[in-house]
Amino acid sequence: MAVSSTTNVGGASPAGPGLLPAVDSPASRARLRLPRSPKVLIGLGSLIVFLVLAVIGPWIAPYSPSRTFSTTVSFPQPPSAAHLLGTTQQQQDVLSQLLAGGRSTVLVAFVAGLVATVLSVVIGVTAGYLAGLGDDLLSMLANFFLVMPALPLLIVIFGFLPQSQGSDDLLIGVIIALTGWAWGARVLRAQTLSLRSRDYVESARIIGERAWRIIGFEILPNLIPILASSFLFTVLYGVGTYTALAFLGLVNPNHLSWGGMLFYAQVAGAEQSGYWWLFIPPGLAVALLGTSLALLNFGIDEFINPRLRAAGLSRRRTRRAGVAGAERLPRRFALGVTPVVGYTPVPGAAVPGGSSALDVVSDGRSR
Amino acid sequence: MYVISRRIGFYILTAIAAVTVDFFIPRIMPGNPVSAVLAKMQSSVITPQTLRALEVEFGANTKVGLWGQYTRYWSDLAHGNLGISTSNGMVPVTTVIRGALPWTLGLVGTATVISFILGTLLGVLIAWRRGSWLDNLLPATTFFQAAPYFFLAFLAIDLFAIKLGWFPSASAHNDLDFPAFDWTYISDVLDHAVLPALTIVVASAAGWIIGMRNVMITTMDEDYVLIAQAKGLPKRRVVWYAARNAILPSISGFSLAVGFVVSGALLTEIVFSYPGLGFILLSAVQEADYALLQGIFLVITLAVLLANLAADFVYVFLDPRTRQEA
Repeated sequence: MAVSSTTNVGGASPAGPGLLPAVDSPASRARLRLPRSPKVLIGLGSLIVFLVLAVIGPWIAPYSPSRTFSTTVSFPQPPSAAHLLGTTQQQQDVLSQLLAGGRSTVLVAFVAGLVATVLSVVIGVTAGYLAGLGDDLLSMLANFFLVMPALPLLIVIFGFLPQSQGSDDLLIGVIIALTGWAWGARVLRAQTLSLRSRDYVESARIIGERAWRIIGFEILPNLIPILASSFLFTVLYGVGTYTALAFLGLVNPNHLSWGGMLFYAQVAGAEQSGYWWLFIPPGLAVALLGTSLALLNFGIDEFINPRLRAAGLSRRRTRRAGVAGAERLPRRFALGVTPVVGYTPVPGAAVPGGSSALDVVSDGRSR
Repeated sequence: MYVISRRIGFYILTAIAAVTVDFFIPRIMPGNPVSAVLAKMQSSVITPQTLRALEVEFGANTKVGLWGQYTRYWSDLAHGNLGISTSNGMVPVTTVIRGALPWTLGLVGTATVISFILGTLLGVLIAWRRGSWLDNLLPATTFFQAAPYFFLAFLAIDLFAIKLGWFPSASAHNDLDFPAFDWTYISDVLDHAVLPALTIVVASAAGWIIGMRNVMITTMDEDYVLIAQAKGLPKRRVVWYAARNAILPSISGFSLAVGFVVSGALLTEIVFSYPGLGFILLSAVQEADYALLQGIFLVITLAVLLANLAADFVYVFLDPRTRQEA
């Protein structure tokens, strides 16, 4: 019923640099590959730009972000040759603040993502593997954090945090992570539940492998796509949450970040007075960083669910992607015939290592 | 009904836990909460009355043990006593919240419903017409999903209120001399609500669109959809069958989303100076009014839990399989 892609011509990628990964050597096949769709490439590219800027931003900033250029002018100055993005109410250079503020924003988001992912693995996988009472309790904990509105909780926590600790990026990241791990834990638990009853896990258990070894070497590698997706999701969440907290003035406003810049934009009444250069640069930076993370996440979604991959293809691109029978496809796919765009494996060749990661994918009805 | 009572039990436990968290946060923070608060309150005048209110609130300078304070907290809560708001001239927190809650419920509730319906319909449409130009909507929705709500609010004010002057840029209504519940007043309120609601809808619809599209694409490959198509049912009927089934994850994902939406909506209110919970939340933060802060946290949490419960009811109503489980 579904059009299968596994009957595609050999490994030497006829798809070219199109939407599909080219499989050229067994070595690259063993690694985890993401679909090379424009979404993923753009997402990955801009994420790398943001990461680089986070590292070098404070160094390439034209001025010190806190330097005051004039004590007589009391209005934010529009962009000019000296100040490419204008100045703030305190006559500081917006471009310098933008470049320097990225570091804290990115750092908090990635710390939050990392800590939350570790928490979600520990709690989610344990719950899924244990079953029984332990599972019930851990799931309950995850559900509790899931329904609890995170931002109000964080506002209360940050409200009571002593001022001196309100600008510690690591601490902020960890606190944000405490409210952001539950979604990942729930997804990981569900997937672990389905994995633990599979034959190969069953046999590992019968052989007498220890629980930690089964979890670490049999189950965890199969969770990597979901893990990556949940990591990106939490980083995205961290960006938004940190920006929101800083925007509210809960993080020490002297601690430079994009959210802090938006806080000062609000204080200066930027939106009412048309000082667009105060809120558009930091807001756009946050939005673009978030978009790049979300685009990458799309790529992982398409990795997990090949149907989504094909969904955006027109007929011409489907043929280029090498879906068998693409010529016979209608102009627009109607129902029940979403071509499952696969990974064009070499016929007859076993896919070492990669097979486990692709398990989720090929489990569909394409066979 | 077993499922429902289980869910109700879960939400009651969550509510109890939320209250407990609310009680313990000021008490487990390093240092003396009263002095921490006083340090942040430097700007305002501190009367002995304020000091007393703070001490009661955080259990400082009291000989009552922790358990005693905890039971006392619950009994206060049962009597609707959430403490005294120090930033609003020592009126009870409940009074302050009661003044703000209707605005938030009206704005956020309406906007969330509109965004859910709109986003779901768009998601169905995009999935149905996959491969067409509608797919180009996806990157745009991704951008709106990733952008902070309050940034979109900034843009909306700058564009529609200041540059074009179509809508008022702040507050929820004009200051009328004699506000009466007539058409002038209602149209005024609606006029003020358009931009904040638009911001919330645009920002939150993206999530529903993408979620619905992804599930819909998978659902459209199900056998029953193919059979419906093969039987020659009108296309609209077939979409209806697929969409009915694809919407279930959206509804169960509601619990994840509603907290986000409410949080984002609160920030939107701040930018629009909309006199709802978000607005008093900001003033509570700025004035270090912790009783009000905790009160708002409790009210929002309970509201989100109720919304979740409602979503669960809808789910059980829509999906007969959940009813058979017992």
